[in-house]
Amino acid sequence: MSGKKLAIIATKGTLDMAYPPFILASTAAALDYEVQIFFTFYGLTLLRKDLSGVKISPLANPAMPMPVPMPVLVAALPGMESMATMMMKQKIKKKGVASIGELRTACQEGGVKFIGCEMTVDLFDFKREDFIDGVEYGGASTFFEFAGSTDICLFV
Amino acid sequence: MDFSKELDARGLNCPLPILKTKKALGELTTGQVLKVVSTDAGSVKDMEAFAKQTGNELLSSQAEGKDYVFFLKKK
Repeated sequence: MSGKKLAIIATKGTLDMAYPPFILASTAAALDYEVQIFFTFYGLTLLRKDLSGVKISPLANPAMPMPVPMPVLVAALPGMESMATMMMKQKIKKKGVASIGELRTACQEGGVKFIGCEMTVDLFDFKREDFIDGVEYGGASTFFEFAGSTDICLFV
Repeated sequence: MDFSKELDARGLNCPLPILKTKKALGELTTGQVLKVVSTDAGSVKDMEAFAKQTGNELLSSQAEGKDYVFFLKKK
């Protein structure tokens, strides 16, 4: 341990927004930080054993680089989200970028602590057995207990 | 340069070279040398930052053709 601490709040469950928390947490762990990620709202879906539901949508994502210009109405068509997700995953693989699952495993191997938001589980009727092992569940106060003593605290 | 272990991180992108370097160092004992080969240009700066922050010594960092070669001494 470097004695440094990092806390991250992960609130989003899309493929593009799954990267920042896992990249930063795994890297910080490699740098001997003590790390905790608090998963709340849709961020909690990143803890599912099955990550196939993590998708990227071109809708409401105007800055997303597209191979061909795509009008909003086209992006809204059925199947577009799956297609964008498939293309993005292919690109990720081709460029040697880690998958979300890989980074999540690296986090766990590096001793990153995952905390699932108890209220979110209740709110969306999530089932704990759908989530990976090793997750602790708690509320905002649980998070602050650690976050209050960190060097870096990020909201994603 | 003598080394105890070699890590081939070619074709991998940030943060994988660093994550794998960390893991590989974990399998060595103090004073042993790890050779890392990557193709990620960003790993040049990242490897320096990694060494500085973790206390593992970056003995050398060189570009060889398309590869970047690093030697790290485990603290």
